[in-house]
Amino acid sequence: MLYDVLIDPFVQMVAVPDFFLQVIWEGFVSGVLYALIALGFVLIYKSSRIFNFAQGIMVVFSALTLVGLHSMGIPAIAAVPLTLLVMYLLAMSVERVVLRPLVNQPDIILFMATIGITLFLIGFGELVFGGENKVMITEQLGIPTGAFELEPFGGFVLIEQKDVTAVTMAILLVVGLLLFLDRTKMGRAIRALGDDHQAALSVGISLSTIWVLVWFIAGVIALVTGIVWGARAGVSFALEVIAYKALPVLMLGGLESVSGAIVGGIAIGILEKIFEIYWGQPFLGGNTETWFPFIFALLVLLFRPQGLFGERIIERI
Amino acid sequence: MNVHAAKTEANDSAAETILSVNNIEVIYDHVILVLKGVSLTVPKGGIVALLGANGAGKTTTLKAVSNLLSAERGEVTKGSIHFDGDEVQALSPNELVRRGCIQVMEGRHCFGHLSIEENLLTGAYTRRDGHAAVRADLEMVYTYFPRLRERRQSQAGYTSGGEQQMCAIGRALMSRPKMILLDEPSMGLAPQLVEEIFEIVRQLNDKEGVSFLLAEQNTNVALKYATYGYILESGRIVLDGDAKALRENEDVKEFYLGVGGEGRRSFRNVKHYKRRKRWLA
Repeated sequence: MLYDVLIDPFVQMVAVPDFFLQVIWEGFVSGVLYALIALGFVLIYKSSRIFNFAQGIMVVFSALTLVGLHSMGIPAIAAVPLTLLVMYLLAMSVERVVLRPLVNQPDIILFMATIGITLFLIGFGELVFGGENKVMITEQLGIPTGAFELEPFGGFVLIEQKDVTAVTMAILLVVGLLLFLDRTKMGRAIRALGDDHQAALSVGISLSTIWVLVWFIAGVIALVTGIVWGARAGVSFALEVIAYKALPVLMLGGLESVSGAIVGGIAIGILEKIFEIYWGQPFLGGNTETWFPFIFALLVLLFRPQGLFGERIIERI
Repeated sequence: MNVHAAKTEANDSAAETILSVNNIEVIYDHVILVLKGVSLTVPKGGIVALLGANGAGKTTTLKAVSNLLSAERGEVTKGSIHFDGDEVQALSPNELVRRGCIQVMEGRHCFGHLSIEENLLTGAYTRRDGHAAVRADLEMVYTYFPRLRERRQSQAGYTSGGEQQMCAIGRALMSRPKMILLDEPSMGLAPQLVEEIFEIVRQLNDKEGVSFLLAEQNTNVALKYATYGYILESGRIVLDGDAKALRENEDVKEFYLGVGGEGRRSFRNVKHYKRRKRWLA
């Protein structure tokens, strides 16, 4: 029994390396998406200390909007910028209607407000686009749907092209975002705001401008996540659940670390897949992916309370 | 004709003072009365010191001027503040910085995870005059603070207290200010460094024409560099005058400079300074 649990899975990994690679690839793809969602959380948290519960529903809402606009007869090429416009309007209204009146309130109140935003978006989305499941307009967006096979170690690994697209888009988005944060005046202002709120105000950085910008970026991230995840699993309100997978990622990566979100997301994606295939299915009846990341994150937190990559607090003595 | 003359006169006097605070009252959290009618003026191109002990209301006064109070649930309930002809209460902190009034907060408040150079660049956030002008001012700041040039790539959080103070002042300079509100620049710094920083303040005042309102506990140094001083006690101005006159004043010597004249004196014998009534102009 002990052998079966502790040793045999590793023996299998080595014995059938092509299958192991397949598992890692699939884990990696979902990991990249967790990382994207976590990134949305991190950006908003860093710049406003708000834990944005609505990040998950923004994924659903943006995907719904895209599909909905397309079904109204707007070509996919025009539907994407229109959806971005909708996300921008959403960011503006959130800032104007929710954040600005609540500025300086305790964090928990702002957190509750984001739950309110979540509920509003669920209702509003259903009202406008209907509650039934939809299919992502994968082909219309030009995302290839085929698959190709690799043959490492004499075996074979199946790689779906839409997964490749997902990973590519995610990487482009992340690189673009990092460059934006690092190189531009607005990016610098976002980081400054994350460091010291008061000081940011004192040099004339306008909170409203930055908040709209950050919520819009979170909206763009949500749209990309919605497109690629929708292409894999369809567009429905159940998509929101994957956003909760970002929670263990955030625990691991720390709420304030961009690199933590990326590495944490990928790590969680791969680990949960490996655990599911080699331990979950044989011993625990499968479906461990729903809870494994949380247990794992809990264990990590026991030993590193600031998360694996939590921002080091600079303190002068 | 008469009206016209009066108007020109008003314009002239407005040109002379850059900041006028008229009898303001500040309340925190709707209940705590911190300033009980403070009035002061800063002439264009002047260095004015705001002195007083801990909790006297120096920081609150500065924050009222830069309109940063609302972030701490404070509000100006009475009186008015005019900066360069504009009513401050109607402007956001962002607008104020754009019009040339910027605060350097107590305790430096550099952006710890940004490099020194990035910190300085955030100071230019409100500017619209292009990359080249900002670069030129960056050079200017590095000329005043050569030490910042050496540390330009270091994360501000890891630099020394003096470097952070220089960074904070340099960051304010990057906004092309007409007036800097400087809060406790001497805090936690070695005496020599304090002199160095005040020396630079004087130079900035001389060469760049920046006016300063500085809040200080270090009365000695502040009165050495300032032209005029106000002494604040429990939310009231109790004494004001030319820096020189204040330095000579027996009571100021006794209580703020620590160089009493004739042995130990009892508080009972000290003249009680009554707030001079100031009326809105």
